[in-house]
Amino acid sequence: MIKSFIKKSRVKSPWIMHFDCGSCNGCDIEVLACLTPMYDVERFGIVNVGNPKHADILLVTGTVNHRNKKVLKNLYDQMPEPKAVIAIGACGTSGGVFREAYNVVGGVDKVIPVDVYVPGCPAKPEAIIDGVVLGLQKFAEKVEAAEQGA
Amino acid sequence: MITTILLILVGLVLAPLAGGLLAGIDRRLTAWFQSRQGPPIMQAFYDVAKLFGKQPMASNPWLVLCAWVYLVAAALSCVLFFLQGDLLLIFFVQAIGAVFLVMGAMSVPSPYSQVGAQRELIQVLTYEPLLILVFVSLYLATGSFQVSDILAHETPLLLQLPLMFIVLGYALTIKLRKSPFDFSTSHHGHQELVKGVLTEYSGPYLGIIEIAHWYETVLVLGVCALFWSTNVLMMTLLLAVTYMAEIIIDNTMARMTWRWMLKYVWCIGLGLSVVNLIWLYAKI
Repeated sequence: MIKSFIKKSRVKSPWIMHFDCGSCNGCDIEVLACLTPMYDVERFGIVNVGNPKHADILLVTGTVNHRNKKVLKNLYDQMPEPKAVIAIGACGTSGGVFREAYNVVGGVDKVIPVDVYVPGCPAKPEAIIDGVVLGLQKFAEKVEAAEQGA
Repeated sequence: MITTILLILVGLVLAPLAGGLLAGIDRRLTAWFQSRQGPPIMQAFYDVAKLFGKQPMASNPWLVLCAWVYLVAAALSCVLFFLQGDLLLIFFVQAIGAVFLVMGAMSVPSPYSQVGAQRELIQVLTYEPLLILVFVSLYLATGSFQVSDILAHETPLLLQLPLMFIVLGYALTIKLRKSPFDFSTSHHGHQELVKGVLTEYSGPYLGIIEIAHWYETVLVLGVCALFWSTNVLMMTLLLAVTYMAEIIIDNTMARMTWRWMLKYVWCIGLGLSVVNLIWLYAKI
């Protein structure tokens, strides 16, 4: 019973951490717009935390470059399992228009495993919320796979 | 004997459930003030259950020990309160928990945790004298530190100690981690100092601290309830009005600095206490 309550709770209480990995701030504004009364993601139990140790879902916006790839990896490693990563915007998913630049590594998936890609330039708040919901399903699947494996 | 066991169970099981429910109602009302829908009432339980399902990650064993001691001290002080024990004993047991929370946060090198711990210490320093003064005034009004004797007092204590209730309100606001006193860590998703004193506690250990926080909320509200213990209806009304006032204060105030808090709360709190105690003395 406790196990199934924990399982249910995971979906009901995703704490997200938002990392701006060199974005133009377009996607960041849309991420923060999700918290406003207009979209109010708190009604799904989503809280925007600033601490990787408390986070379940990592939202990454912007291209990864050689300076911040270590930071991104470090943040990801500090998050306790189960966790999911969502790449947001054209830059986060692939590097966008900057992908050919000499200092750009590319999308977020070049550094850490990404579960959900949310396209758009910038991504719409609705799309971001959809992405988080999909991310929750993904990590429920991951937990189940891990339990069956163990 | 049976009543004792029942009271222990109430303190141990029902108190945190009430605390968690109160946290959910709090978030719901706050959302309503901000014209949002807000999370479900059960949200606090979902959060804690999820935290217990996370991988345990602690920077060092001290964090684990401190989280547990904080929980045990909070639960014990709550149980002692429901057993109608000695207010001074309850106070000291609760203080041990508060200090261990700070020690855990200080045992790691993270600067956020360190600064948060220092600020938490200042908060403890601010509200503990006020709590002691409230207990002393309860003693002066009823002649005993025992909760059972205070409950046996015939007239509502609020009429004798109105200013002490305001003083207790300051302690409650600090203890609930509400604005303007939420600078060591905030109970909302605000990111003061990342998460201040709670930065390094993660997963199950954060869940433990959350449950301990529910116990402490119920304990302080229980002390509030002592001010009108003669009538259950009035007691409920008093608690409801007090908590509503807390939420309104939380939503209308900005976060202040520790210097302001120390000056303001000590001046007003000690001032109100002295006035109330002189008045009480003159009446006797």
